[in-house]
Amino acid sequence: MKKALSLVLALVMLLALTTAFASCSDSNADFKVGFIFLHDENSTYDKNFIDAADAAAKAMGLTEDQVIMKVNIPEGPECYDAACELVDAGCDLIFADSFGHEDFMIQAAKEFPEVQFCHATGTKAHTEKLANYHNAFASIYEGRYLAGIAAGMKLNEMISSGKITAEQAVIGYVGAWPYAEVKSGYTAFFLGARSVCPSATMKVEYTNSWFDIALEKTAAETLIAAGCVLLSQHADSEGAPKACEEAGIPNVAYNISTISIAPTTALISSKIDWTPYMKLIIEKTRDGKGSEIPYDWCGGIQEGSVKLTELNPACAAPGTQEAIDAAMAQFKAGTLKVFDTSKFTVKGQTLTEYLADVDSDAAFTPDTNVVHDGYFDESADGKRSAPYFDIIIDGIEASK
Amino acid sequence: MQNEKAKSAAITKKTHEPFIYITKRNDLPRLKAWGIRAAVLLIAMLFCALLVMLLTGENPINVFSSMVEGSFGTSRKMWNLLQSAAILLGISLAVTPAFKMRFWNTGAEGQVLIGMLASVACMFYIGDAIPSWLLIVIMFFASVIAGAVWAGIPGFFKATWNTNETLFTLMMNYVAMQLVSFFIMIWVPSGSMILGVVNADSQNGWFPSIAGQKYLLNVLIVALITVIVYVYLKKTKQGYEIAVVGESENTARYIGINVKKVILRTVLISGALCGVMGWILAAGTAHSITANSVGGNGFTAIMISWMSKFNPLVMVFSSLLVCFLQRGAGEIASTLRLNSSVGEVLTGVIILFIISSEFFINYKVNFRHKKHKEEVK
Repeated sequence: MKKALSLVLALVMLLALTTAFASCSDSNADFKVGFIFLHDENSTYDKNFIDAADAAAKAMGLTEDQVIMKVNIPEGPECYDAACELVDAGCDLIFADSFGHEDFMIQAAKEFPEVQFCHATGTKAHTEKLANYHNAFASIYEGRYLAGIAAGMKLNEMISSGKITAEQAVIGYVGAWPYAEVKSGYTAFFLGARSVCPSATMKVEYTNSWFDIALEKTAAETLIAAGCVLLSQHADSEGAPKACEEAGIPNVAYNISTISIAPTTALISSKIDWTPYMKLIIEKTRDGKGSEIPYDWCGGIQEGSVKLTELNPACAAPGTQEAIDAAMAQFKAGTLKVFDTSKFTVKGQTLTEYLADVDSDAAFTPDTNVVHDGYFDESADGKRSAPYFDIIIDGIEASK
Repeated sequence: MQNEKAKSAAITKKTHEPFIYITKRNDLPRLKAWGIRAAVLLIAMLFCALLVMLLTGENPINVFSSMVEGSFGTSRKMWNLLQSAAILLGISLAVTPAFKMRFWNTGAEGQVLIGMLASVACMFYIGDAIPSWLLIVIMFFASVIAGAVWAGIPGFFKATWNTNETLFTLMMNYVAMQLVSFFIMIWVPSGSMILGVVNADSQNGWFPSIAGQKYLLNVLIVALITVIVYVYLKKTKQGYEIAVVGESENTARYIGINVKKVILRTVLISGALCGVMGWILAAGTAHSITANSVGGNGFTAIMISWMSKFNPLVMVFSSLLVCFLQRGAGEIASTLRLNSSVGEVLTGVIILFIISSEFFINYKVNFRHKKHKEEVK
């Protein structure tokens, strides 16, 4: 009995010791930033954010104690709880990386007006109009357009070498969900490819999941069997690149370079680099100018938010780099628009007007005309940063 | 006893007594049993410390202290611990009547989720039409019925055709998850598959905060359920019937218990309680739904119920412990930037030790004496 009692006492003392230890580990630094991530570094989506957070913290000279990261936070009330705990820990700025975190971030933002809340991929900041809640995205459609040029050049090479006829230039695309972000992405990619290979068409298969290696691989195999000669995807796993490598089909990836998993068929990848945005919000908040962070921030090629990974010389067609560089220069000069209405039709018609669902409401009513001056103005200033292009254009055939 | 052993050894001369053998013990005093448990917990902690040092090179004191910090660092963290423990406890209580009857309900995850779906659907469709208190009442009944039906379907098949309830209830989980995805697809035409918070501005169908604590009502309701389930299982005739059917269906039949009726009734109660937990999750915690809203609690609850030997009062401590460990795992991932798998490994080790401690409480390990060896020769 005595033994048991002493054991319990020892245990209690151990716990007391450890709490005492913990309470003196607080640092005196007056600025802190907290991050909320949906998964951990094992997900390519979150790793992209975690790497950016580390890079931004390093660039801004923050110490380890000034950065708190919470990983594996689901898109539910856990996000609100995590945000509150970060506020308690002294964070002046809190960033969340997943679309479903939005409502819970807004809930926390309303409760703690003195803390800045920034959320990637969300859609509600410009309508909520809270001084301390902000959305951000990147004009990744420009990156996809550029990657599309690499795909188009590859198709041209296949046509001129007699491997396929011009009509057989069918691109396959594995999409996650039939959602604006995905549709905007594949349309931009397709338009980029068609800008150099006019006979190109595209087939889209949805997996109805953001991350599912098996489903993505199966969808890729389905597309290959249906005659697609080049593939790209908007989903987070390496399923499609692997299927392409097995079938010897060129592949354009997203967010990560896939050259190591598909050495002979990986072409190029477009990616969002979140470092510039994170540097911006850390700087503004630290200088006490948090309310100056725009409601919606959309980084582009100019800001270094939209990037391309290195072109794979083992797969790319000659002249690809030059073609990409030329288009990139036009983007920077503002003379090239991805969704130029003279370059595509919808059911045979040129788009002159389109009401997009820019402002979030419960019924998802289209509310804002986004076509002007001969182009569809995606992620426009003063509207919102998250994509709203959700039209299926002629030449693209989407499943379901 | 000794005599008998010697006799049997004499009869079958070739029988070898094993080097280690176990005997059942019934006479262990309570205090000694708790002593064993505490000792095992301590060994588990030391083992974990060693594991942490070998795997990560971190100071184990830091790791343990941040685990404690994760649950007790601030009063908000304590509330969050209480809230998650209350949800886990409630679901554990819900599966217990079925388990005690040896009905292997592995479908709590789906039963809670379908109850939650029913509540969220009420919030979505009639949220603005009626006062909030009435909405909460309607949500309660909708959830209870949904949970009971979800458990009742496999229960009916078991009672009527003796189908395998483990597989049946398990598969119903996936049906429930797909149903949730289906409804989100209908409710959110943009295709983002995220419902978001329902009635964020009006807060219709939300539990009110009590004394400024939004999770207090959740905790109170679960505390009430704990008492009710305890009394139901230990003090009522129906609770006794459950125990008898669980021990032996033939005995139950022999003493005139309608086994089919008891199975169905208990399964319905179990499902209805899961429905109640879905109601709490919808109205008190999430105000929204995703296919993963129950987050595996329906499965962890099975372990809690077993670990606690179906005793509702012990379940209070078990669920607090498990939630403490889970939150600690998250805290380690956050402050020390270790992968959260490290925390999960530690949780697994500690729970494994606790479960195995029950073995040493129920059985005595004996070693073959040298003397016996000579005797056998």
